[in-house]
Amino acid sequence: MTNALEVLAVTSQITVQDLGRPGFTALGLSIGGAADRRALWEAAALLDHTTPQACLEMPLTGGRFRATCPTRIALTGAPMRASLAGRALLWNASHTLAPGEVLEIGPAEAGIYGYISFAGGIATPLQLGARATLASAGLGTVVNAGMCLPLGPDPAPDTPAQRLPLEPRFQGGILRVMPGPQTELFDAATRTRAFATPFRAGAGSRQGVALTHEGAPFASQTAGLLSDFITPGDVQTTGSGQPTILLADCQSIGGYPRLGTVIPADLPIAAQARPGTALRLAPVTLAEAEALSPEEPALLAQLRKALQPLIRDPHDIADLLSYQLISGVVRGDEEDL
Amino acid sequence: MPDTPEILPLGLDGVLVRFTTQFSDDANLAAQALAAALEADPLPGQCEVAPGLGSVLLRFLRSETARADLVSALQERLAAPAPRLPAPRHFLVPACFGGTAGPQLIEVAQRAGRSETDIISELCNMELRVLALGFAPGQPYLGMLPAHWDMPRMPDLSPQVAPGTITTAIRQIVLFAKTSPTGWRALGRCALRPFAPGAEDPFLLRPGDRLRFTEATEAEISALEATGDPMGGAIRSFPK
Repeated sequence: MTNALEVLAVTSQITVQDLGRPGFTALGLSIGGAADRRALWEAAALLDHTTPQACLEMPLTGGRFRATCPTRIALTGAPMRASLAGRALLWNASHTLAPGEVLEIGPAEAGIYGYISFAGGIATPLQLGARATLASAGLGTVVNAGMCLPLGPDPAPDTPAQRLPLEPRFQGGILRVMPGPQTELFDAATRTRAFATPFRAGAGSRQGVALTHEGAPFASQTAGLLSDFITPGDVQTTGSGQPTILLADCQSIGGYPRLGTVIPADLPIAAQARPGTALRLAPVTLAEAEALSPEEPALLAQLRKALQPLIRDPHDIADLLSYQLISGVVRGDEEDL
Repeated sequence: MPDTPEILPLGLDGVLVRFTTQFSDDANLAAQALAAALEADPLPGQCEVAPGLGSVLLRFLRSETARADLVSALQERLAAPAPRLPAPRHFLVPACFGGTAGPQLIEVAQRAGRSETDIISELCNMELRVLALGFAPGQPYLGMLPAHWDMPRMPDLSPQVAPGTITTAIRQIVLFAKTSPTGWRALGRCALRPFAPGAEDPFLLRPGDRLRFTEATEAEISALEATGDPMGGAIRSFPK
């Protein structure tokens, strides 16, 4: 077989993801795709893509892989222990896999979703215009040990390896929330309280992450409310008044009221929040949200400016470490290029 | 239904045109008509339009239009005479009712104040409109049923209904696309699978389509399911 990724072992529910399937809301299919979309744009910058290619999404931990052809890869999202043929690899960087070398991805040091992207992309069949996995609908690919995933050829295998600063989004923080169609169903006092409440992430999945807090639930005027459209980032309160932040695989319509929408720039913080992570909601106006959260292709231009060569000069080691927020990822024995 | 719909943001790239927040057949028809008009003649920057139960979602490319410009173009469109809806497609769908396929049929009949036979007969003589697709890919909300079908969801969820299950609540029917827990009451089952992920067009129904059930035995439905054809014996038909 040519141009394939052999899956030797998987240690979590790894799926193939891309930017999902926009355009099917009318037919009940939400956009889906990567839980942390920023990680895909970071990979696109590292691999010199104009738009992200299909990649592997790994929740909490990864597995072992081997390519049948030389290919560059990018490791982005939640920083995970990574090694190639026994040598530690820097996270948020691109690297070259030689045929036969074993890539091992271990547990995440923080956050949930780590990604491996390939210079030629994963070339599983397109379904409804994308390769993203929505397991409940039978779309995409859930990755199992023993699989051979087709890879596109690396268009420029000699491109030098690059790295990006690790953007801190794996330890919780403030989620800015723009108003939505149902914000007014919550009275002013309830909204004020929601934005003053310290939350912690509860149980989470690709559909959404629950928020837990001390104190009264967040009530709203919901009797007989007609189901209406949902968008990822919506902060929904269920019948008990407990909020949930909806993520990539949320339903397309729903009957629970929503306080507002977490802006796209901050949604990766919610997706990457492990249970117990501290989160706050902060209100922003529509105009503020537009300024704070540029369209994704504009993000790619910003990321390209932040690229740096992955140099192995000893003088750079201290600098490399400074980019590692998480101890243990860099062990000083990274690959030599 | 108010005369002019509300125009509201839904995310940074979405505009929601909301005709109602409570169920209304007129609002649903207005949403389907607006969506059809926007599909036929898109606004500058528009990249997706979706009719819902009582609203239309319009997504746009922020690089191509500002929200304010899109909203004013939309307001002009709303001021124009309501466009005619395209001619709907009609489907006749074999279904079985009661027994293990419809464990809550008896309760639904009691709540509606009808006999089980009458409630099945009433449902099978009704032309149902696809009000919207959602909850799961391809899954239709059908309606609108007469007032005696106005019953709440069950207080406790059925742990699981099978794909093809025909359920009811709040004057609507939902035909389940996949195995799911639900608070809706199960009346029966059909062999139609509204989402067939392997098919070239996996979505069998579109908003505005018309659908009528025709009674079959559970053995007939099981035989149709065994063929693996997602149409489940449904045929394109003509209005009664």
